[in-house]
Amino acid sequence: MSNSMIEIAGLVKKFDTITAVAGISFSVKKGEVLGFLGPNGAGKSTTMKMIAGYLLPTAGSITLCGYDVLRNPIAAQSQTGYLPEGAPAYGDMTPRQFLNFIAQVRGYDGKRRQSAISSAVARTQLEQVLDQPIETLSKGFKRRVGFAQAILHDPPVLIMDEPTDGLDPNQKFAVRRLISNMAEDKAIIISTHILEEVDAVCTRAIIIDRGKIVADGTPQDLAARSRYHNSVTVHIGPDHAAAARAKLKKVEGVKEVHEKPLSQGVMSFTLFPRDGKRLINKVTELLGGEHWDVSSLIAEGGRLDEVFRDCTTSDAKPAAIDRSAGKQASKKARAK
Amino acid sequence: MREMKAVFQREFQGYFVTPLAYVFIVVFLFSTGIFTFYVGGFFELGRAELQAFFVFHPWLYLFLIPAIAMRLWAEERKTGTLELLLTLPIPIWAAVVGKYLAAWAFAGMALALTFPIWLTVNVLGNPDNGVIVASYVGSLLMAGGYLAIGSAISATTSNQVVAFVVSVVVCFLFMVSGLPLVLDFFSGWAPQFLIDTIASLSFLTHFDAVRKGVIDMRDLVFFAALISFWLFVNIVLVDARRAG
Ligand SMILES: Nc1ncnc2c1ncn2[C@@H]1O[C@H](COP(=O)(O)OP(=O)(O)OP(=O)(O)O)[C@@H](O)[C@H]1O
Ligand SMILES: [Mg+2]
Repeated sequence: MSNSMIEIAGLVKKFDTITAVAGISFSVKKGEVLGFLGPNGAGKSTTMKMIAGYLLPTAGSITLCGYDVLRNPIAAQSQTGYLPEGAPAYGDMTPRQFLNFIAQVRGYDGKRRQSAISSAVARTQLEQVLDQPIETLSKGFKRRVGFAQAILHDPPVLIMDEPTDGLDPNQKFAVRRLISNMAEDKAIIISTHILEEVDAVCTRAIIIDRGKIVADGTPQDLAARSRYHNSVTVHIGPDHAAAARAKLKKVEGVKEVHEKPLSQGVMSFTLFPRDGKRLINKVTELLGGEHWDVSSLIAEGGRLDEVFRDCTTSDAKPAAIDRSAGKQASKKARAK
Repeated sequence: MREMKAVFQREFQGYFVTPLAYVFIVVFLFSTGIFTFYVGGFFELGRAELQAFFVFHPWLYLFLIPAIAMRLWAEERKTGTLELLLTLPIPIWAAVVGKYLAAWAFAGMALALTFPIWLTVNVLGNPDNGVIVASYVGSLLMAGGYLAIGSAISATTSNQVVAFVVSVVVCFLFMVSGLPLVLDFFSGWAPQFLIDTIASLSFLTHFDAVRKGVIDMRDLVFFAALISFWLFVNIVLVDARRAG
């Protein structure tokens, strides 16, 4: 038996003339935190709305914990927590009343209701605004109310559309830690525009562009598709810059060297590897033998933002690049 | 059932957190008072009965009920909470019926607050309280009919003003369909059964019948069927939102 808790096959959504989602298939296992990435209008929210059982797909199927969302929406929805884009909530209610309503709908009574609510409140740190109408809350607190609503029943499937949007850095950190802590026995999908969030919480990322999946893999796999994968950057003081330039170029496995002047004559050299091979060993070997004034040495795993741009921006490129790329990405960097 | 109860409670409380409930109740009591005592000539009639009070209800409801109904779905659409509501494990029918019943309970409460008028006639004379009870029942049923229409129409838009105006127009058509004004327009060219059907849809006709003190099965069936029909339309309209 597969242990996938979210199974999506051939999902399509058309609005009149627009095809917002053009055939998406993937599955999410227990313990996975899947990051949905993609430019504005890529179809992330539309996909999540279909998974949550709000929008009906034009084609395709969605199964949550074994329940078909189309045939058995109520059963699927009871297994799911959903934070819609913009975290809508009844503005005239206070968070306490609102969470009470959600708990009531989800079948919590008496003591169980109180404990479910207080646990959700504690986890999202809502105590101080519990009795203030939601419409008067700041954006970040509104988002946290939506978050509390989604996790109130400790659902096995959690779908969250931009959960950290509008949160302050402390709260972002808290929410990410919360997601990581909950991840063990859940299948979670979050969408985000913050790429460092993917590194911080996601065990896997999918990049969507114009309704199609253009990349799927662990954040490391995806970053490895960047030309910065296994590259090395050294900062060298003015006295040795010229000497370093000559020797760095000759390090074994270096394809090319980019340089950038920093302040006070310090030069930054970035060495790109041939065939994505790791360079750091050879570079440290060289540096160990020289007596240059080295102020910084950075070895990179790759840059997700660059991969994101590569996969999505260029209109000239066909939408689909390489679906199975995740597996081979670590072998071959996307050179050029 | 549990979900419906939760929706009902939320919606009912929702009326009271904004000034809407209080404004509505004050306007309702005020206008029933004005119509009863000034326009209806309650005292001039010199009879211990409440006909002067009830006879204006269809007209009052024409504007007041759409004002309660307009927010039911339009507001959820506007603020995006519809998405939240429909992704909670609540069957759509339960959400529709729960919200509707909350609005109806609210209207019923406003109606119940007119009891001082009832007390007044009982102090002043010896009214036929059976007729009065029947009239109250009829009035409540009629409010339910208007509300079902208003609720369904509210699901077609995210703009409460549009919901209000369209509801008033549709309710008006249902109200007057039994009047000669309307029937004359059809008579002469439309077949008799159609004219009968149109006439039988009239709120006024059915309410007047109940108001006289006779609770006829046919009138009850009429209101029950009318409410069921519009709630069904309401469910279909809400469900249609999910197509995108
Ligand atoms: N109800 C709708 N009717 C018509 N088109 C829609 C509707 N909802 C979404 N779309 C279109 O579908 C496409 C995908 O939208 P979606 O909201 O899924 O994007 P997204 O990836 O979530 O973008 P963002 O990063 O801006 O949130 C867009 O072109 C959008 O205009
Ligand atoms: Mg979105």
